[in-house]
Amino acid sequence: MGLMLKVKDLCFSYRERPVLKDVDLEVRKGEVVGILGPNGCGKTTLLKLMNRNLRPESGQVWMEDKDLAAVSKKEIARHIAVVPQSNEIRFAFTVRDIVMMGRMPFLQQFQGESSDDARIVDEAMRKTNVSEFADRYINTMSGGERQRVIIARAIAQRPEIILLDEPTLHLDINHQFEVLDLVKRLSKEEGLTVVIVSHDLPMVVKYCDRIVLIHDHKVFADGTPDDILTKENLKTVFNIDAVLEYDATLKAKSVKIFGSYTKQS
Amino acid sequence: MDGAAKRRKRTITVFAALFVLLFVFMVLDLAQAFIPLTFREALLALFGIGSETNVIIVQQMNLPRVIMACLVGAGLSIAGAVMQAVFRNPMASPSILGLSSGAALGAAVAMTFTFAFLPMVLLVPLLAFVFCLATLFLVYSISHVGGKVPTETLLLAGIAVGAFLSALVSLLIYIAGDQMQGIIYWTMGNLTNADWENIAIVAPLIIAGCILMITYSRELNALMLGDAHALDLGVEVRKVRLQLLVASALVTAAAVAFVGVIGFVGLVVPHILRIVLGPDNRTLLPASLLGGAMFLVMCDYISRVISPSIGILPIGIITALIGAPYFIYLLRRRRSEVGWD
Repeated sequence: MGLMLKVKDLCFSYRERPVLKDVDLEVRKGEVVGILGPNGCGKTTLLKLMNRNLRPESGQVWMEDKDLAAVSKKEIARHIAVVPQSNEIRFAFTVRDIVMMGRMPFLQQFQGESSDDARIVDEAMRKTNVSEFADRYINTMSGGERQRVIIARAIAQRPEIILLDEPTLHLDINHQFEVLDLVKRLSKEEGLTVVIVSHDLPMVVKYCDRIVLIHDHKVFADGTPDDILTKENLKTVFNIDAVLEYDATLKAKSVKIFGSYTKQS
Repeated sequence: MDGAAKRRKRTITVFAALFVLLFVFMVLDLAQAFIPLTFREALLALFGIGSETNVIIVQQMNLPRVIMACLVGAGLSIAGAVMQAVFRNPMASPSILGLSSGAALGAAVAMTFTFAFLPMVLLVPLLAFVFCLATLFLVYSISHVGGKVPTETLLLAGIAVGAFLSALVSLLIYIAGDQMQGIIYWTMGNLTNADWENIAIVAPLIIAGCILMITYSRELNALMLGDAHALDLGVEVRKVRLQLLVASALVTAAAVAFVGVIGFVGLVVPHILRIVLGPDNRTLLPASLLGGAMFLVMCDYISRVISPSIGILPIGIITALIGAPYFIYLLRRRRSEVGWD
């Protein structure tokens, strides 16, 4: 399968504090990749570097055969959509206004939205079950509802790659499944490439084809959940006592957590 | 129950109402004289019909002032609308960023230290303009930390720098002696001295700035969601924001350069229109142009109607007397609709 995103020798630091060191990563078309690690390990930074919201200190990010450093933000946004972690919006845009903004990268200055754009927006709202909210104001909605609106906006961008930053953070448990089932289905049916940053182990195990463990500013391990989520790795990265096991009730692999290694003082 | 259609209908109604009100207040303001003309006389005189006196009153005495009021009102109002969007803060305005204080300091410097090389009529607007742009540059570079310009820092820097510059203006008023009256008068704002030469300088600057701002209205919508959202949607945030800020400073400076500080237009007008029309800058910015022009012409008309006995009341006083209470009313009554908290 074709290479969609390639991260090479990527380094980044905030002020003097290193966040990422020599990160290498490849994402192929149609894959669902989970970037997993504890809070503050640099996962979100890595995601922001992947669509060039941040500029790397050194190293490159390639989108197919293009170095992102040489591509305009608008062009990047035609291929990569992002669902950010924080989604607070203070102004009274309607849900439809927000989802329509997903068409921005495709419009010229002063070019109005076409009926095609309206159709794409309706479809995105239907897929994420926010159609009933279309005329509601975004600043009056709950965090979970807003999250689904932002996901609708990302889908309206008709991206080849979607980057999700802690997508389940604001969502009720039923909507967590709804949203991730949708993303997974788009990946299977339309070849959408998905990168999910999370610290939610069970969710990543359920939905991701591949897991990248980030530890100590670096890629610690990269492979299928079976290969990666060993007792030793989970101990090193999360400091927990856990194993990946076949669960007969779920009829799938699942992480069983026994406890933490953190010393009580 | 189609929300989009309802909104479109409301937009058309608001634009039509603004057009009509602007026209009515323009004619009323054009009619002002020692013995005011009637509405009909003023309207006819605008097209050169009627007695010679009427035509002189309308076309020569009043028209430049009314045109200047339109330009200044439109400019201050759209600059306020853009700043509120860029900073995602309904309180942002040219004065919060310290731009008005900067311009006032420039004017005060020009009036206090009468430099020989330029007549004061030109020196005041020139220095007001230069100081206004310099203030923006100063505020922007103070808040520029590690390749980023956080909104909160920018607003706080604007308030701090504004306070410092206002103190300097007060200092100049204190030491100015003969020119004290002039400085105080300028900081109150007045349109009385507007003439065609002033307009010829101000108009192109304001029009150019407004065109740039309207060009970026879609990007401004994305910026209102936050820098990260805008970047994700392909907006070159730093470039767009800097251009928009320079354009707003340019428009503000041009607006206040000849007529002095006129407060509350940039705060109140876009604020009211955002409540009525919603936050979409593609309709809000053009509406702010119309609304700002209408508001200032109305204020000028009011100042002329109520003040013949005490001389001409500076318009800055009227805008503040009308604007501030209305703003407080909005704060108390319409909070949720503006999209606060």
